[in-house]
Amino acid sequence: MGDFSSETISHIDRHYIKTLLDNGERIDNRAFDEYRDIEIEIGPVEAKAEGSAIARLGGTSVIAGVKVLTGQPYPDTPDEGVTMVTAELSPIASPMFESGPPREDAIELARVVDRGVRESGTVDTKKLCIEEGKHVYLVFCDLYTLEYDGNLIDAASLAANAALLDTRFPELKLEDDELVETGKMMKVPLENMAIELTASKIGEHIVIDPHIREEMVQDCRLTMAIDEEDNFTALQKGGGVGPISIAKIEEAMDMGLARVKDLRKLVLEATSNKD
Amino acid sequence: MSPETKPDFLINPEGLRLDGRRPDEIRPTELEVGILKKADGSAMIKQGNTHILAAVYGPRELHPRHLTLNDRAYLRCEYRMATFSVPDRKRPAPSRREREISMVISNALEPALFLEEFPKAVVDVYIQVIQADGGTRCASINAASLALADAGIPMRSLVPAVAVGKADDKLLVDLGDMEDKYGGGDIPMAIIPRTEEITLLQQDGSFKKEELIEAIRMGINSCKYLHELQKEALKRAYAKRAPAEDDEEDEYEDDLETDLGESDLPEEED
Amino acid sequence: MAGIFFQKREVVVPGQLLAEGRYRPSVGTYDREGKIYSALVGLAELRGNTVKVVPLEGVYIPREGDLVIGTIQIVAGNNWKVDIGGPYQASIHANNALRRPYDDDISKYMDCGDTIVAEVSAFDRVTGPFLTMKGRGLRKLDDGMIVRVSPAKIPRIIGRRGSMINMIKDNLNLQTVVGQNGRIWVRAPDVARSRLAVEAFKMIEEQSHTSKLTDRVDAMLKEELAKLESKDEENEDNEETEKDEESEDEIE
Repeated sequence: MGDFSSETISHIDRHYIKTLLDNGERIDNRAFDEYRDIEIEIGPVEAKAEGSAIARLGGTSVIAGVKVLTGQPYPDTPDEGVTMVTAELSPIASPMFESGPPREDAIELARVVDRGVRESGTVDTKKLCIEEGKHVYLVFCDLYTLEYDGNLIDAASLAANAALLDTRFPELKLEDDELVETGKMMKVPLENMAIELTASKIGEHIVIDPHIREEMVQDCRLTMAIDEEDNFTALQKGGGVGPISIAKIEEAMDMGLARVKDLRKLVLEATSNKD
Repeated sequence: MSPETKPDFLINPEGLRLDGRRPDEIRPTELEVGILKKADGSAMIKQGNTHILAAVYGPRELHPRHLTLNDRAYLRCEYRMATFSVPDRKRPAPSRREREISMVISNALEPALFLEEFPKAVVDVYIQVIQADGGTRCASINAASLALADAGIPMRSLVPAVAVGKADDKLLVDLGDMEDKYGGGDIPMAIIPRTEEITLLQQDGSFKKEELIEAIRMGINSCKYLHELQKEALKRAYAKRAPAEDDEEDEYEDDLETDLGESDLPEEED
Repeated sequence: MAGIFFQKREVVVPGQLLAEGRYRPSVGTYDREGKIYSALVGLAELRGNTVKVVPLEGVYIPREGDLVIGTIQIVAGNNWKVDIGGPYQASIHANNALRRPYDDDISKYMDCGDTIVAEVSAFDRVTGPFLTMKGRGLRKLDDGMIVRVSPAKIPRIIGRRGSMINMIKDNLNLQTVVGQNGRIWVRAPDVARSRLAVEAFKMIEEQSHTSKLTDRVDAMLKEELAKLESKDEENEDNEETEKDEESEDEIE
């Protein structure tokens, strides 16, 4: 059970966290539907990346960097550019992460954030086409964990969205079969930004933005991507094999809907003074 | 994705470099200790546009066990570059270059450490390059050495490092990215300042013997300057953590009353 | 040139020259050619003619006789492997924890995830630390909570002759066990008081460099308790007291 962790959690810790929740309290004194302090820093990789951001969620922090390259489109979508999100559980972030090939949970992290970005139509990939069937922009958003103190997914989603909003790259055109700069700068065509929010199920309780010690005792978590129209564009149940009832899913969704606007506002504010 | 172009000259007629530095001047350098809260020790370095984080975990239990050393701790360094740290996106998997640099960093640091105090254990040093603009292996050593001290690993000394190189036939310290790419050679080095012993030495390009010795001398001088910055950063971070002088209850006795808690344990459950 | 080269309680860094001449190097230092240097970042101290450096950070390294709090990770034959923090996994033999005769399957008595108070009975860095639970107060913990702090901060949490920890206990009506490995067991009368205990320990960890800390922790606790009491009066009837679990007779 639990998230990103192979550590033995003691019975005492488990019991204590559950007792707290039964008393309506959390380990760090938050309400069940309350996020930790959120900070978004823009441009930490300004000199080399086309866009970048660090998101801090309490003691958790994640850095995102965007690189824009050119390449061929996929054969089935010849007039669309490509966006891709990858993630690495960098071992600097936690004593529980080790170096080596990506583990399942790193892949899940990348896939869930990727789905949040793609499924909502966050990026209008048609606008990333230079010449149909030949040249398109490839937008890579790569995430690295810096500090892991619970709820990596939401921190990663905030960092990825902020880095994509921060991205500026030279526009290219095809001239005599060669790509040349037009002199104009482009943004990533973000149309409908979805934000990911994660709630944890512990016993009969649902808490949002789980702390690392809550994750360790959770039955499972539910991540929801919610777009600008309050549509749910992606869901992921993970972080443990415990089942969850429809009533608890609804409870989590209501919490998500209540919080998503604050999170979106923070991302937009952080990136607003760009050009 | 913007392609870089070769500059016309690396040293201008006034003898100054692309960014206005003198030949023996290092880039503006910022060091901060204890920035990653989950690590046992950590440090950040910004040297020009090069930006690196180093974290130390340990000494801790070593897995896999076949790496165990019976007379000392195993020092395991891992140097990794973020995909977005360089102009062209780097492939995510570790490259041969990253593996080699990990090894030379480990070799540069190990002579300064008292690893024999922790047989069988491992000290993990993780280095993440956030932005690369030349001199990353040396900047990594500067940061990693501070992270090791921050983790409380006993050591003879901090280890400062710098790259010396050549451009337009002049010796330069702390090469920037352009000087590294288009200059006439690169000599990354690290030292133990008190004894001036050299713990990292590599070279590419073409140098005469006298030129090399002169370059290493320049490097030692710059390393000594970096060493002062390292000591300052460490003292700055720890000034906040040391007990105040006027406090009369800050006695750290050897014979601490370790049994204090015991009297509270109920003999029988209440 | 003989002499001492640091101020009283100066924060020193690795490689810094501390003394030369008739002085004796002790923990946290090393000597080369008659000179004593610091091996750590920490506080330099002179006691008599002995020079030492007290670390301000660092993982837990066991010492014989230390009281520690650990979590059982593996049950292996007649041994339990116990996580006590730091680089060395401890082990405890059933003979040092149970009354004989005991069942072959010792996981009946203590299993993975259980938390114990034990004493380090032997340690020499090559054969990992051995623990014992034969002794007063050494036992399995069934309730309460564990607070984790940096092992280097434990002396400060205890305070001079126990002044700090006793003050916290008296204010909050706690039972505690302070493990030298940076883990503190706390049993409080209610959730609010256990939270205050955590806050007090955190305050000591973060402000261990400031003066009159005992007084300020005391003031913080008294202020918070006053707030609680006014609340308590309102909800007197709803108060829930935590039930202690049955103790296990097999374990001393």
